[in-house]
Amino acid sequence: MIQLTINGKPARFDGDPDMPLLWYLRDHLSLTGTKFGCGLGLCGACTVHINGEAARSCQTPMRVAAGKRITTIEGLSAAGDHPLQKAWEACNVPQCGYCQTGQIMQAAAMLKSKPHPTDHDIDATMQGNICRCGTYQRIREAIKMAAGVEA
Amino acid sequence: MTPAISPVVGPVIGNVSRRGFLGRMFSAGALVIAAPFVPKLKAAETWQPGVYLGIEPDGTVKIVAHRSEMGTGCRTGLPMIVADELEADWARVQVVQALGDAKYGSQDTDGSCSVRDFYDKLRLAGATARTMLENAAASKWGVPADECRGQNHFVVHTKTNRSAPYGELAALASTAKVPEASAVRLKTPGQFRYIGKDIPIVDLKPIVTGQAAFGIDARMPGMVYAAIERPPVMGAALKTCDDAEARQVKGVDQVVMLDLAKPPYGFKPLGGAAVIANNSWTALQGRKKLKVEWDLGEHTAYDSAAYKQAMLDTARQPGRVARETGNVDTEFAKGGKTLEASYYTPMLAHAAMEPPAAVAEFKDGKVVTWTCTQNPQAVQETVARAVGIKKEDVECHVTLLGGGFGRKSKPDYVAEAALLSKQVGKPVKIVWSREDDVHFDYFHSPAALYMKAAVDDHGRPTAWLQRSVFPPIAMQGNPNEQYGGFQLSMGWTDIPYPIPNLRVENGPAKAHVRIGWLRSVSNIYHAFGVQTFTDELAAAAGRDRVEYLLETIGPPRVIDFAKEGLKGSRSDPKFPFDTARLRNVIELAAQKSGWANKKAAPGRALGIAAHRSFLTYVAAVVEVEVNAGEIRIPRVDIAVDAGRVINPDRVRSQFEGAAVFGTSVALMSEITAAGGRIQQSNFDRYPVARMNQAPFATHVHIVTNDAAPAGVGEPGVPPIAPAICNAIFAATGKRVRELPVKGQLG
Repeated sequence: MIQLTINGKPARFDGDPDMPLLWYLRDHLSLTGTKFGCGLGLCGACTVHINGEAARSCQTPMRVAAGKRITTIEGLSAAGDHPLQKAWEACNVPQCGYCQTGQIMQAAAMLKSKPHPTDHDIDATMQGNICRCGTYQRIREAIKMAAGVEA
Repeated sequence: MTPAISPVVGPVIGNVSRRGFLGRMFSAGALVIAAPFVPKLKAAETWQPGVYLGIEPDGTVKIVAHRSEMGTGCRTGLPMIVADELEADWARVQVVQALGDAKYGSQDTDGSCSVRDFYDKLRLAGATARTMLENAAASKWGVPADECRGQNHFVVHTKTNRSAPYGELAALASTAKVPEASAVRLKTPGQFRYIGKDIPIVDLKPIVTGQAAFGIDARMPGMVYAAIERPPVMGAALKTCDDAEARQVKGVDQVVMLDLAKPPYGFKPLGGAAVIANNSWTALQGRKKLKVEWDLGEHTAYDSAAYKQAMLDTARQPGRVARETGNVDTEFAKGGKTLEASYYTPMLAHAAMEPPAAVAEFKDGKVVTWTCTQNPQAVQETVARAVGIKKEDVECHVTLLGGGFGRKSKPDYVAEAALLSKQVGKPVKIVWSREDDVHFDYFHSPAALYMKAAVDDHGRPTAWLQRSVFPPIAMQGNPNEQYGGFQLSMGWTDIPYPIPNLRVENGPAKAHVRIGWLRSVSNIYHAFGVQTFTDELAAAAGRDRVEYLLETIGPPRVIDFAKEGLKGSRSDPKFPFDTARLRNVIELAAQKSGWANKKAAPGRALGIAAHRSFLTYVAAVVEVEVNAGEIRIPRVDIAVDAGRVINPDRVRSQFEGAAVFGTSVALMSEITAAGGRIQQSNFDRYPVARMNQAPFATHVHIVTNDAAPAGVGEPGVPPIAPAICNAIFAATGKRVRELPVKGQLG
């Protein structure tokens, strides 16, 4: 039996310990804000926080997630009012919207360690998250807005 | 202690009957304006009864979005049009997604035509409802109707200033006869409340909080999960399938065989061996344990490198003439200066971030499905044919789409879910892996182009021959079709240069994979050929590229293509090809980019390209920096004339996105095949532009005018690749004639 914490609540799993956290979140807990995009850690759509750090849930087997604190987009803020979520709305970032939860989770982890990121920091951190619609410049704008960095 | 999260099925969306859908949508007593009641929109016309809008007694206005939202913003933009003419308060509008149903007219969300095809109809629908509310108020107050005006969710009596809210008037309005269109007053543009204003998309908050429901998120009670092993080469036949080990995987329920598709492939599911399991992961694990042997068939000879060379060779041979004026051969034979070049663009995959996904239940001879589709009516038809029922018995609920780009117009994946549900007797969820998505795409065709021009002493073309070769989309219906057909009208036969001797040709190419349409379709390679070759002529003449491009387009004119050698061409009075508008976007992009003051320097330069597609005029100026083979794009300026614009912020976002999409096309993306198999599988070997590779700042300059609204989703893409490559030439002297650029700059 694997025990872990999801968005502040205890959770249990007794299936295949090799199953990635992504599918546990989506298929077992119906936390579908975390998206499947590639299954190989190449696109960032499945990004969650594990003990506060950004991680690809498609590359995190349940046995590795055991005992960890997992935060998904559903748990990022109580009312969808994380500064990044507000900035994302203010900048009208999303087009299709599919990758945006992963983008926001990646950016949120970055701002904890780099509260005032430079363009280079943003590129270096966010280049792992693909947006096929091409919203990158608004993602950058929203991150800077949330961080209070001059755009 | 906090309660544990229990591993149970969560919020269910699904299994809502048609009746339930409508019942939930409109309460009793609601005024429902359906297009059948809207004058001049009879069934005999091209679109079937269209879009609903309803007004609840509490004043809530419900507007049905009948087209699919894949990121273009049409789920917001189309209702804005209705709400504007209705004079509805946007805060009190609810957008309801339509089921697939022929009564809405075309719901096939592609071809950049949602606004273009429905603008007039939606305005009339909104204005008709407003007129009925105004009439109801007039009758209630005993005053002339022309003294009553709908105004932000109220009808106001202009002489006395009394007012009544829409909700109160709805019941009375619903008893009246629907006025003729001639009795309906449409707004003047100056009266628009929403059209032309930036309005946030209706799904913004659900998206940023993870609550938005995409196809991959749809669930049905009791559903099982499937993963399918499909024929690795088009047309391959199954020899043997040993599923013993797959069945041993804990959580695997059964293995089910699906019939293999036979040509013509159309939208048919490909078939194969399907593993049914209790979650997505287990289904994938079971599938890996299948031992399947295939008889690969004729297309195993398909090798994309040899195929490329064959297409380039074909492009050097005379082809079918699609447009001709004057005589290029005579002009070439005069012995003056000529230039020629061959170009190649590769096969591409759509690779939307959300792969194809669907959940479907076959029950009592009917199918209910929830899926990310661009074309719910094609879902009805395809699923019905696959499982042997009537299309009216397929209920297709449309979720948000995590990107589409044309792939999700083809509902083969939905038919898979329905067929499997029929076999296993439970709802079946299918999510394609990324590898499935890349291997079994309807690919954007590779293309070879040959261009030749004779030029005068000033380097201006006096004769122009262009020939394109690509396996056509028409292969879906006829696997032996080798000519481009309608695809030639996409930036090829509509070349806007008034050259006295002009010939446009197309050569044959047979498809060995499924070919489909991808954002802007044939315009990608046609614009690449025309706009790169134009730049080559300008360079040979030593001319400024912008001046030369304008000069080649010639003085402003409305093109009569029939008179310029395109047989059977008829001008569209609503959307004439007006070169003044093309010239204007070129001049605007040049001006905004600072073209005149940014002369090329080694390693840094601007490039320009212009192209009209989906009836929209676009010019792009791209700035590139090339350093040791690495390319950076600091800035893109795109000027757009799409006629009337509904939601300018969404138009800007579409063109910002097109610059990124075009960058992927230009610099890095390529699908290849060997032995008939696709060689790429995922984003490692099929790269698309990431943040650090995308243009840093794209400035979109929208030309505002009153012309009929044209396309927005696609037309930003075609000029990007030639503009980038023209800039690379200006910066480095290296002429790029094949895409992608990756690996060509040393």
